[in-house]
Amino acid sequence: MERYFQPEIETMSRDKMIDLQNEKLVKQINHVWNNVPYYRKKMEEAGVTPDDIKTIDDIHKLPFLTKDDLRKAYPYGMLGTDMKNCVRIHSTSGTTGKRVVAFYTQGDIDLWEDCCARALVAAGATKDDVVQVSYGFGLFTGGAGLNGGSHKLGSLTVPTSSGFTDRQIMFIQDLQATVLCCTPSYATYLAEKMQEMGLTPEDIPLKAGIFGAEAWSEEMRHDIEKSMGIKAYDIYGLTELSGPGVAFECSEQQGMHINEDHFLAEIIDPNTLEVLPDDTEGELVFTALDKEAFPMIRYRTRDICTLTRKKCSCGRTHVRMAKPKGRSDDMLIIRGVNVFPRQIETVLLNEGYAANYQIIVDRVKHSDTLEVRVEMTPDMFTDNVGEIEDMQKNLMNAIHAMLGIKAKVTLVAPKSIARSEGKAVRVIDKRKI
Amino acid sequence: MSVKQISVFLENRPGTLQSMTAVLAAKGIDMRALSLAETKDFGIARLIVDDVMEAMTVLSDDDFIAKTTSVLCVEVPDVPGGLDKLLQVFAKENVNLEYMYAFLGAKNIDKAYMIIRTSDTRAAEQKLKKTGLKLLSQHDIANI
Repeated sequence: MERYFQPEIETMSRDKMIDLQNEKLVKQINHVWNNVPYYRKKMEEAGVTPDDIKTIDDIHKLPFLTKDDLRKAYPYGMLGTDMKNCVRIHSTSGTTGKRVVAFYTQGDIDLWEDCCARALVAAGATKDDVVQVSYGFGLFTGGAGLNGGSHKLGSLTVPTSSGFTDRQIMFIQDLQATVLCCTPSYATYLAEKMQEMGLTPEDIPLKAGIFGAEAWSEEMRHDIEKSMGIKAYDIYGLTELSGPGVAFECSEQQGMHINEDHFLAEIIDPNTLEVLPDDTEGELVFTALDKEAFPMIRYRTRDICTLTRKKCSCGRTHVRMAKPKGRSDDMLIIRGVNVFPRQIETVLLNEGYAANYQIIVDRVKHSDTLEVRVEMTPDMFTDNVGEIEDMQKNLMNAIHAMLGIKAKVTLVAPKSIARSEGKAVRVIDKRKI
Repeated sequence: MSVKQISVFLENRPGTLQSMTAVLAAKGIDMRALSLAETKDFGIARLIVDDVMEAMTVLSDDDFIAKTTSVLCVEVPDVPGGLDKLLQVFAKENVNLEYMYAFLGAKNIDKAYMIIRTSDTRAAEQKLKKTGLKLLSQHDIANI
């Protein structure tokens, strides 16, 4: 029997959902018009007023928001309410220039945590489960989101944050954790460590894992499931929209259900900006229908995927998105393996590095080489050569676990990675093919 | 009585050490001692200077990654067996040395100075004190 956290919303009829979205969109556009001068100006430039937006079918009239807008509006330009009403911020890593700082009211936090609780229930969690949250805590949204969701559900929450792998495994065993939340690359690493320690799936109390915040393959899913004896679920989100839980997998695992009572999804052609029909590949665009403090309207995620409204046998009626392929314009093929810079970035963040990196691909004697140059930070630097070499080695292992190919890791001086127009040059491909 | 050593992260390629010395030279920082630890990719320059605060400020202003570490500075007579006498103390007391380097004083030509990093600076300091060997303070360093 499929269980839901909020059955009345998660299994709501399509008609009712559209009515709800129409009502919320009208309200949200008025809110933004009145409270976010940056977006109001964009609307005025596009010749649209709130009166033009009556239903979700009118959404195509509204201007898009991009990461570039958020950078221009940094830090308060997109704020939709008085700072006094905000209770928290989270922030992106700032890899492509300035960080995005997202503000939250208590209402924003509540709806986000509901979304995460829905994902946990969809992965089989109940209030009797022990949920270990091994996502990083802090400015990163991963830890806070799943932690909050687990609280809402009433599960015993173990907020280990990332790192200290031995301690992670100790807690999983000693507290009999049944649900693990972390990035898939960290799950792979944990699984390897457990294997090295001689633990078999029977020794591991975990039954499910929710793994997101980075791109991962079906192959990785099967490896994690097999080595830990669990079912692995994908989760999707981005800081701009709140964090993880914008969409999540149900037991069917045929795409991720988007929490579309809060986040209205569209797929557009990234070149013509035309809205595309369901089941067509394009760029995912979101409108946050309820968020007060950081109300994103038609925010371009740059993630390439498809949407489907075909009925899901889990009973949830919400639209499903396919696993994003990552940004198509960024993909590299190294030794026959598809590599997205974002995957490397994710590993760096997991391992506690600032995501100031550069990827250098070359071809030596007919074989591709991959070098990842990472800027040293004052936090990481120690006077001990051995410790720094160990950090290098750990990072190499983590990149290998994520990509399936080996990379050389070089630690470089701060600000030594070339930047052009404020943006770091992430990839240097020296191959002459 | 420990002293502050400055450790600086340097990439292992031509010119990086000089870019650091240029910054220090421009501000008139006087180096008492210098040691380099290197690997294939990077190195750590360890310095003892007359003005730690000023050196740290100019280095970080120029985007160098620098940290201070507590080390011991011990005066030994510059004669055969001088260092051995010091090391006997550590061997006997089972103190582990992480690294060590030496410099000569400008004023006291019959003395040598050992910069010593141990895993437990405080414990090593206590043990050395009992032997009557002279430990230098930050103030002493600036004046030798």
